[in-house]
Amino acid sequence: MSVKLPIFMDNHSTTPVDPRVLEEMLPFFGDKFGNAASRSHSFGWVAEEAVEYGRERIAKLIGAQSEKEIVFTSGATESDNLALKGVAEFYKDKGNHIVTCVTEHKAILDTCKRLEKDGFQVTYLGVDKTGRVDPDDVKRAITDKTILVSIMLANNEIGTVHPIEEIGKITREKGVLFHTDAVQGVGKVDFDVQKMNVDLASISAHKMYGPKGVGALFVRRSKPRVRLVAQMDGGGHERGMRSGTLNVPGIVGFGKACEILLREGKEESAKLVVLRERLRKRIMDKLEEVYINGSIEHRLPGNLNLSFNFVEGEGMMMAIKDVAVSSGSACTSASLEPSYVLRALGVGDELAHSSIRFGLGRFNTPEEVDYVADLVIQKVGQLRDMSPLWEMHKEGIDLKSVQWAAH
Amino acid sequence: MAYSEKVIEHAENPRNVGTLDKDDPNVGTGLVGAPACGDVMRLQIKVNDDGVIEDAKFKTFGCGSAIASSSLATEWIKGKSVEDAEKIKNVDIVNELNLPPVKIHCSVLAEDAIKSAIADFRKKREARKAAK
Repeated sequence: MSVKLPIFMDNHSTTPVDPRVLEEMLPFFGDKFGNAASRSHSFGWVAEEAVEYGRERIAKLIGAQSEKEIVFTSGATESDNLALKGVAEFYKDKGNHIVTCVTEHKAILDTCKRLEKDGFQVTYLGVDKTGRVDPDDVKRAITDKTILVSIMLANNEIGTVHPIEEIGKITREKGVLFHTDAVQGVGKVDFDVQKMNVDLASISAHKMYGPKGVGALFVRRSKPRVRLVAQMDGGGHERGMRSGTLNVPGIVGFGKACEILLREGKEESAKLVVLRERLRKRIMDKLEEVYINGSIEHRLPGNLNLSFNFVEGEGMMMAIKDVAVSSGSACTSASLEPSYVLRALGVGDELAHSSIRFGLGRFNTPEEVDYVADLVIQKVGQLRDMSPLWEMHKEGIDLKSVQWAAH
Repeated sequence: MAYSEKVIEHAENPRNVGTLDKDDPNVGTGLVGAPACGDVMRLQIKVNDDGVIEDAKFKTFGCGSAIASSSLATEWIKGKSVEDAEKIKNVDIVNELNLPPVKIHCSVLAEDAIKSAIADFRKKREARKAAK
C-alpha cells in the first residue's frame, strides 16, 4: 500500500483544519464580514450570532455552565498570560503565591518568571519519572498566601495527563483558584471544568483541527466567581476581560471544531490509541535500546515519545525528512539545551538528545503508521551503523566510564 | 530551519563511514564531543610512509550538520599530507556547507576531530621512534 508523502505526524504542534470546519468558516470571509461588536445593523448581528453560537459549542465541550464563561483570545499563549497575570493582579492583596510545575509550557513558565520579577512567589513542583505531578505535593505547597494553582491537563512533549480532578478537589477545599492549560487534552481525554473543579482553562483552536489565531480562556462565573484584570486596554470587549475586535471566522471554526470533538472525540481517541500502540509495538519489536518517555497509563492517545539510544534526534529527523515529527534534541532549539521536560523526568541528556515525538492525529492512517515504523527501523539501523557510541556500546564499553571532552 | 542542499547531500550519502584498526601504528584516531552535548565524532586517518593520508574514516553521533561536517572533513583530508590536512579550518567547512550560525559548533568539532586524529598519529609515531 502506498502512502502520500510527506506524512504529518506532529499533531501536538498544530493540526490541519478539518474540511468541515473550513466549510463553516468560509462565509465569514465573504458576505458575513461584519464586526460582532456592531450593534446597529444586520452585518453586526449576523457576526454576533455566529460568535455566540461558537461560544455555546466551546462551553459545551468543556462542561462550562454558561457560554458567558468563555473569553476569546488570540490563542493559548494569550489565554495563559491573561489567566496568570490577570488573576495575580486582581488578587494581589489577598496573596502573592502561585503554584505550578516544572514541565509546564513556556507560556506558563515565562509568565511565572515575569510575575516573580513583579514580586510574586512561585513554587515549581517537580514531577515523577512519568512526568506526573503528585496531588499531595500540590496540597503541601499551598500556603495562606497562595492565590492560584496552574497545572496543565496534558503535556505537549511527553503526553502525560495530570491528575486534574484530584488537584481540583484540593484547590476547591483550600479555596485557591485553579487554572489548567488544557490545550493538548481537550476533546482527547476526559475533561470537564465542573466535575474537575477547574476555575480557569486555556484552550486553542488549532490544536483541535480548527484555525490558528484563535483561542479561549474559560473563566468561571459562579462558585467561585473568578475575577481578573484585563491585560490589554481598548474597547472593553469580552465583558471587559479582553479588548479587541473578535476573530469571527476563527471563532466560527473553533466552535465547529469543538462540536466535532464533542460528537466524535471518544471514538477518535480510541482509534488513536490503537494507531499509537501499533507504531510503538512495530518499532520496539524490531529495535533494541528504545525507551518510552512519559506515562504509559496516563497518556494522550496520539502521543508517542521515544528515545532511540545512540542516535541523535535531529540527525534522525533529517533521515526521515518525509515524516514530520519533533525532537527534544538540543539541536532543534535555539538554546542548545535538550528538552527541559525530559530533564525534569530524570531522562539523561544523552537520551534526551535521542528523543523523537510522534504526534498522531485525526487524519493519520494505519498505512502511514506502518510506513513510518518501517522507515524509522531502517534509518535507526543506518544511523547506528555510523554512530561511534553504538560501536562502543556493542564492544561492551560503558559510555559513562569514558572521559568526554565536553564542549 | 532548512538545511542547505550540500548538508542534505552529505547526510544522505555520507562518505567514508567506517572504522580503521585503531591499533595499527599508521592509524590516528580522534574522538571528540560528548553524548550529553548531543554530538560525538570519531575521525580516523591512515598515514603512509610519505606522510600522506591515504585513508580516512568517520563515525558520528549528531545532527545532520555534524554528520555532513565530518563526512566532508574525511573527503578533504584524503590524499593530503598531514601538514596540509592540519591547515583545514572550521570556517572552510562552514562556507562549503553553508552552515547557519547555530551549527557552527559542528564545524568546530570536525576541525577538532582532524587535529585530534593527527595528534594521536604523531604520538604513536614518536612512541615508535623512541622504542627503536
